Amino acid sequence: MQVEQIFRLTLPKKSILALFLIVLPFMVGNYWSQILGDIGIYIILGIGLNVVVGFAGLLDLGYVAFFAIGAYGYALLASPQFGIHIPFWLMLPVCIAFGAGFGAFLGTPVLRMRGDYLAIVTLGFGQIMRITLNNLDPLTNGPRGLLRIDPPKIGDWIIDTPIKWYYLIIAGIFFAIFVANRLDDSRIGRAWIAMREDQDTAEIMGINVLKYKLLAFSIGASFAGLGGAIFASRQGSIFPDNFSLMVSINILCLIIIGGIGSIPGIILGSIILIGLPEALRGVQQYRMLLFGGLLVIMMIFRPTGFIPSARKKIEFEK
Amino acid sequence: MEYLLNPEILIAQIINGLTIGGIYALIALGYTLVYGILFMINFAHGEIFMFGSFGGFAVLTFLSNNGFSASHPTLSILCAFVVAIIIASSLGALLERVAYRPLRDAPRLSPLISAIGVSIFLQNAMMLFTKGRMQVYPDIIPENFIEIGWLSISCFQISIILGSLLLMAGLYAFIHKTKTGKAMRAVAENREAAFLMGIDVNRIITITFIIGSALAAAAGVMVGIYYTQINHMMGFIPGIKAFTAAVLGGIGNVPGAMLGGFFLGLAEALGVLVMPAQYKDLIAFGLLILVLIIRPKGILGEVVSERV
Repeated sequence: MQVEQIFRLTLPKKSILALFLIVLPFMVGNYWSQILGDIGIYIILGIGLNVVVGFAGLLDLGYVAFFAIGAYGYALLASPQFGIHIPFWLMLPVCIAFGAGFGAFLGTPVLRMRGDYLAIVTLGFGQIMRITLNNLDPLTNGPRGLLRIDPPKIGDWIIDTPIKWYYLIIAGIFFAIFVANRLDDSRIGRAWIAMREDQDTAEIMGINVLKYKLLAFSIGASFAGLGGAIFASRQGSIFPDNFSLMVSINILCLIIIGGIGSIPGIILGSIILIGLPEALRGVQQYRMLLFGGLLVIMMIFRPTGFIPSARKKIEFEK
Repeated sequence: MEYLLNPEILIAQIINGLTIGGIYALIALGYTLVYGILFMINFAHGEIFMFGSFGGFAVLTFLSNNGFSASHPTLSILCAFVVAIIIASSLGALLERVAYRPLRDAPRLSPLISAIGVSIFLQNAMMLFTKGRMQVYPDIIPENFIEIGWLSISCFQISIILGSLLLMAGLYAFIHKTKTGKAMRAVAENREAAFLMGIDVNRIITITFIIGSALAAAAGVMVGIYYTQINHMMGFIPGIKAFTAAVLGGIGNVPGAMLGGFFLGLAEALGVLVMPAQYKDLIAFGLLILVLIIRPKGILGEVVSERV
């Protein structure tokens, strides 16, 4: 059976999946629900970065910068830091907008570059963001971080346990998947593919390449803004070190391991990348060693990832 | 700002800048050589630098424990350089063979991810080996200072600057005067054509990795002797900075990497005179972004591949 067929969801499959997702946290308990939440946040980030790398073909190594913007944006406006307490639900769209705005702001000067240079400049931006957060003491508290960040509330009901968070993150994932799928099928999505495959030809066909690149960058960043807000309020406290280069690299690796361009791939990639180190805790010391080795082996023996998108699969078989 | 006008501090900082610049330049050359031929960012290059540094550390610790280094300090340091270079070069060649060669015709992202995997692997291998502890280079020769009037310059710094210049001159001569060097340039220009002219492309690529790794190892031992403390994460920041230096000079361009290294070192050393020291790392990345926006091909410029 083809991989895509497993994921082609018919109604009975959908209801089984829904039931499974609902009972899952009760089956695995608090500890694993927490990890499922971690995986879920990475799924949201992966879907966002996939818009930039997978759809539009722009290699972004500084994606963590937008994640940080979302997280710090939320933390500054919903914590005792300045005594501002804007509700979570109001902050979600604001953080998404922060991400998108910042993506457009950073993208404008750098998107004229191609290929590797873009990767390096975005890597530089990611580093600059972390250094700035570390040193902008009056605003961010520097390395001491921002503490006692407000959790989301529905009326008087506070979302504070891993299981409650799990459901909220699942909802976030479904929202992200919905948006990403609609984008992929839209005129914008087709323009991105054309641009990714051959920028010059796309330009000749009348696609405003710079505009679409900026759009990809900015939409991708908005997912990170969403992920950041969820991350900040779930952690309750954030520090500049939460936003190191390794986060960008992890997200990039998970979409490549899963199969670039494919959403089931991203989900599988997150489970492998975030869940596997947890499952390997028995061999704690060796887990990052194994992980590094696995990345190499994976690239050599299955460079398309575990679940390549149908379109990519055709390209590789050609 | 007032520091900038104090000649004593200014000159001291210029020498500091040239010292760290020489180290950046040596590492940057490895990035540039590999990029010039394979169009790939060898993300694990910083880890090769780290392994070189640990190789030198092992040798010096061994020699100082049995008392050899006390009687023959210069010979011991030479030994450290030789062993470090052998370790790092073998590692570089091995990585190329195992992790990069199978991916030579794969989409461009694959070798990058593979390199990231290698980098994580090597860091953690060294962490397991050293139990994550900071290691201290043994004191072989005391740090002497040359006094010129009111100016006092560390011998270590002078040796690092001169040593790195010497290695770079050697590399330049190798690339331009020897047959293998010519073959390297041919492969960088056009791999297929070079192959058709009878050049053993695989051999040339291996040699490129060996040379780049050797230079990084030399830089690693220099860092160990100069800063004395090393650990398994030491390759990360210098790796990124050196890469920045390579891009500043125009990646793929050998004199450019040297120039970029010294330029970056100086910019950082002088930058801390006018802004708080904790923003030092911002200088490197800020400069990188500025140069890429104003002059995307780097200072000396080199056409960069646009295949994705």
